[in-house]
Amino acid sequence: MSMIRNNRRHKLVAYSLILPFVAIFALVFAYPVIEVIRLSFTDAPLIGSGDWVGLDNYKRLLSDRLFYTSLKNNGYFVLLTVVPTTVIALLIALAVNRLSGRMQALALVLFFTPYVLPVSVVTQIWAWMLDFQFGILQPVLEFFTGKPVPVFKNPFWVMPAVAVVTIWWTNGFNVLLFIAGLRNIPEELYEAAKLDGATSRQLFFRVTWPLLWPVTALVLTLQLILQLKIFDQVYLLSEGGPFNSSYVLLLMVYREAFQLNNGGYAAAISLVLFLIIVVVSVLQFQILRIGGRDK
Amino acid sequence: MTPIRRIENLALTCITIFAGLLWIFPLYWAFNTSIRSENRVVSDEAGLIPDEFNLSSYIDALFNTSLMDWYINSIGTSVIITFIVLLTGMMCAYALSQMQFPGRKALYLVVLASFMVPAQALVVPQFVLMNDLDLINRWGGIILPQLVVPVVIIVYKQFFDAVPKEMKEAVVLDGGGDYTLLFKVYLPLNWGITTALGIITFIMSWNAFLWPFLVITTEDMMTIPVGITQVNDAFGVAYARIMSVALLAAAPVVIAYLIFQKRVTEAVMISSGVKG
Repeated sequence: MSMIRNNRRHKLVAYSLILPFVAIFALVFAYPVIEVIRLSFTDAPLIGSGDWVGLDNYKRLLSDRLFYTSLKNNGYFVLLTVVPTTVIALLIALAVNRLSGRMQALALVLFFTPYVLPVSVVTQIWAWMLDFQFGILQPVLEFFTGKPVPVFKNPFWVMPAVAVVTIWWTNGFNVLLFIAGLRNIPEELYEAAKLDGATSRQLFFRVTWPLLWPVTALVLTLQLILQLKIFDQVYLLSEGGPFNSSYVLLLMVYREAFQLNNGGYAAAISLVLFLIIVVVSVLQFQILRIGGRDK
Repeated sequence: MTPIRRIENLALTCITIFAGLLWIFPLYWAFNTSIRSENRVVSDEAGLIPDEFNLSSYIDALFNTSLMDWYINSIGTSVIITFIVLLTGMMCAYALSQMQFPGRKALYLVVLASFMVPAQALVVPQFVLMNDLDLINRWGGIILPQLVVPVVIIVYKQFFDAVPKEMKEAVVLDGGGDYTLLFKVYLPLNWGITTALGIITFIMSWNAFLWPFLVITTEDMMTIPVGITQVNDAFGVAYARIMSVALLAAAPVVIAYLIFQKRVTEAVMISSGVKG
């Protein structure tokens, strides 16, 4: 009898512990997930109800040229950021990891600080660095192109420029992950390899790289997901322009929902973005896992 | 160490630090710009070395913008978010880790699955919801959708799982219940991880842009990252002032990071699962 009562008490206590989280989760996460799906089949404005239109929003999306432009730009941005930032972060981590004590702490601060900045601070600083008239980097661009370039107003330069800004901003995070990964590699492995007469090149490709692979896979996956969700930097630096050359899916969601008042259509775009992220990241993770097994 | 190795090491150190200084140059340049007068900023003599110490643009930024309001909004909402996320997260993680109840597995799976859903894909229904709850342009509207941080539960659960069972028994023998266990044993044993998760959550909510940008439309309710984008419009082309505002906006997190460097580094490593 008391066992049963105790058991019931135990369950009640457990439910009281999970209740706050579950309630918040249900309200601001689970319910919106269901709503975004439902809305995507309606012609609802942002605020207010709409009629069921079946697959109309999705059909419209498939014939929307801006959708393909955005899709292409999202892909282009991923190409410009994911692998470059991973390589740069790995190089920096290898260099920083060789330092010791204060010098290491200093180097980490120098490379990590941009990561803690709000995105709008980052974009304002870079808008100034690359300012057409007075930007301090214009002479560098001039050296390569022969003339100053209004980077965020130029269809060719805008995406690479946004990619540089993004890498500068978020790279510190990846550096930290790589350093953590490097620290996890037991020192004895290096010593054993050295005793066997391994060169430093061999040390890297036979010890460091294979043992670091799980972290590399993690960084690549996290970056891929993060960069597919690009919005802030593009919105703040170029607003998707010029001529939609930096228009991306999330920007499309924003325009449709909050400026053109097409809640249903925006919901459909969000859902497509969500599906792309899930599919691409699952695929990438599987590929990377297989890649890791061969090593 | 042979002399050659030592020189090599020294060279490597120098190169790395130099690269680091180059990396941080944009921040230095922003600072250098912010302490010049507007005229000097756009003149040909504006060199790399600070040659003027003019705080007028800072004074302008502090008194002629709503920066103070934005600070208050950012600090207020970030502190509340961090507190609620940690509290609800540790409670839920404790139940998942230490208790048996119907639905436990399902709940954990939902938490793990929600990790995959990008919050950005939910902005439309979340905005509608905040409108229904009359929370547009209010702290509540900024806070609510930022309260679901599944990684906090996942990390807490891992750490609670690792607490030795003996720690539990003494309290149970004294007649202590699960709340006592959580707040008197499991939480104190895991202060380190609580600090780490707190730092990550705080930085995340302090720097959040998209959501506060959508849910706030009046200038006095904006958070720092959203507010400072208004300054461009207000000032027109005034680089020194824009950089002053940007640096003032960045100062709290940068200073906090410099003070808690080691903790922040650890927090990033732990919450990404690379370091357990």
